[in-house]
Amino acid sequence: MARSAPHDAKPDGDRRAPKRPKLAVWKFSSCDGCQLSLLDCEDELLAVAEAVEIAYFLEATRARIRGPYDVSLVEGSITTPDDIRRIQKIRGQSRLLVTIGACATAGGIQALRNFARIHDFVTAVYPTPHYIETLATSTPIHDYVPVDLELRGCPIDKHQLLELLSALLNGRAPVLPTHAVCVECKMRGVPCVAVAKGAPCLGPVTQAGCGALCPAVGRACYGCFGPQESPNCSALAATLKAGGLERRQIAHAFRSFNAGAEAFRRESEVHD
Amino acid sequence: MIETAAAGQAGKGRRTIKVEALARVEGEGALSVRVKDGQVRDIKFRIFEPPRFFEALLRGRLYSDAPDITARICGICPVAYLMGASHAMEAALGLTPTAEIRALRRLLYCGEWIQSHVLHAALLHAPDFLGLDDALVLAKTDRAVVETALELKKLGNEILEIVGGRAVHPVNTRVGGFFKAPSGSVIRPLADRLKRGADQAERLGRVFGGFDFPDYDHAYTCVSLHHPDTYAIEDGRLVSSLGLDVAVDGFFEHFGEAHVAHSNALHGVARDGSGPYLVGPIARYNNNHAQLSPRARALAAAAGLGPVCTNPFQSIVVRMVETLYACEEAARLAEDYRPPEPAAVEGEARAGLGHGCTEAPRGICVHRYRLDDDGRIVEADIVPPTSQNQPQIEADLLGVVERNLHLDDEALKWRCEQTIRNYDPCISCATHFLDLEMIRE
Repeated sequence: MARSAPHDAKPDGDRRAPKRPKLAVWKFSSCDGCQLSLLDCEDELLAVAEAVEIAYFLEATRARIRGPYDVSLVEGSITTPDDIRRIQKIRGQSRLLVTIGACATAGGIQALRNFARIHDFVTAVYPTPHYIETLATSTPIHDYVPVDLELRGCPIDKHQLLELLSALLNGRAPVLPTHAVCVECKMRGVPCVAVAKGAPCLGPVTQAGCGALCPAVGRACYGCFGPQESPNCSALAATLKAGGLERRQIAHAFRSFNAGAEAFRRESEVHD
Repeated sequence: MIETAAAGQAGKGRRTIKVEALARVEGEGALSVRVKDGQVRDIKFRIFEPPRFFEALLRGRLYSDAPDITARICGICPVAYLMGASHAMEAALGLTPTAEIRALRRLLYCGEWIQSHVLHAALLHAPDFLGLDDALVLAKTDRAVVETALELKKLGNEILEIVGGRAVHPVNTRVGGFFKAPSGSVIRPLADRLKRGADQAERLGRVFGGFDFPDYDHAYTCVSLHHPDTYAIEDGRLVSSLGLDVAVDGFFEHFGEAHVAHSNALHGVARDGSGPYLVGPIARYNNNHAQLSPRARALAAAAGLGPVCTNPFQSIVVRMVETLYACEEAARLAEDYRPPEPAAVEGEARAGLGHGCTEAPRGICVHRYRLDDDGRIVEADIVPPTSQNQPQIEADLLGVVERNLHLDDEALKWRCEQTIRNYDPCISCATHFLDLEMIRE
């Protein structure tokens, strides 16, 4: 890439400050909700855009600046042969690669196909299946390339995203809890929905970060941040069984937006 | 330049121009245009976002799983999926949510319209009319517009957070209603802020109304919901500008989907052979102008719209008219708010067939589910708005390219992108980035 000489001042004042890190946002198979979380930082968006150089972010801009990139945020899962080539290229152009959201970190809801025959799925949706090119599985980014950091969630929490960007800009490690949602309930003073209502809550095995949103509205956590650092899924499954859930319901509880996360996948297969 | 190209063509007869991915849309798609002897021979708007097979992965799940799973079709309009799936399940199970639950759902939906419309109109579409790459550049030339838009968008998201528990993929909704009804003390104060939001929407609408709109008109077949008393959002009958007027469960009788080789999205087709049809803001505006509030109609008139809009580039204005309406409507709902008690109606699992259809910001989004005796999904059909619009997008592109062959390749490419963005296409919904390939032969 041709570089302008440092003193090649442009009359429009659009010259880049020399040290702003270049940020790129990439999409694979996903709903766009995690990258939308960046645009949903309404109070911080313009400041973020001044602190970093948004070099590639198709959802927001036509402008594209070639790599290498200081930080790549990657949304979505790998579901086509071309995805594999593309993520390898992106890794090669990125100093730090951060996966954002359940699709990128665990394969997403579309990883339910991993438990079925892909041909059945294609023929169920498309009348002319041979028009469709797809892999038999939906898998996370770390299955193909080294990942430096991950933000969990379906979708990610925008405050965690801002913490991540702030940490990276200041050269420190981001503070991202790896304990269970249960801890967040205690911190917020939310009554335990499992104890008080017998609700089939995945909070004990699910990583914190959302702020215990579901228990706060009296709902059982459905595990959208994926497994916490040391989940005891079999103990929770036994509790769910004692609470009256049948086998298939237990399998489905572990088999949603993080169905492809190792701990959840294994537990769901026990009850399949 | 096209002139140069034409001169070059005289000798060789063919020119291929490749353009990179289209931005400022949700999802991945491509466009190819083939021009020969000054005539457009072929246009293909391809959606190659990889399929995720939602209809298949829903099979065997409990009816209660459908809203949250289908919400993951689209992170921009999850409420459309939460509501459409909930309505369909309620129809299948014979549940009738109370007036208070329905009012709270409408308030939630207004939040989604506000955040989605302002995101698209101000941050993704407006830069096209100003020849700018994005809203961040716009913020340097007109910071007030961008700040107003961000504040208004944030208000939409706050409604989603207060009522739904989360802006992207709300957690507080369920088949039958809500998990927890927000207290009046958090809902009622929204009214004053929404009135201020209505003023902001009006300001943005007037700014956008002053844009220079490309000269293009089309007599659209408009398909939308219609409700005699209110501007239809989450409730109404299915109507078209050709006279169709049926309950939402008549959708599949009148409309279908076709699978074409160049796209991972199924194309919407009208079964009566009337050709492409339009869903979304312009379709709603044209079918339901009389149901808008006086202030929303006044903004439309001041921004240069008649009662029927035929220029798709003016969709940016219609979005702000609808945003104004959504702010007024949400303010009314917040003032009149009575917490639903109970927060949800309960039902028993049973076999059944149910349809749901609501007005996603991009147009009608249709769900149909068949349940077995245990309330498990046997069959699911979901028809998102962008796949219905895809044939009409191709028809518009043809018209726009034909009228703009005098433009050089870069300008023509941008005009095509802008034409596609008129639709606020949610390609993630329709399955699924846009590359533009221009072949001048």
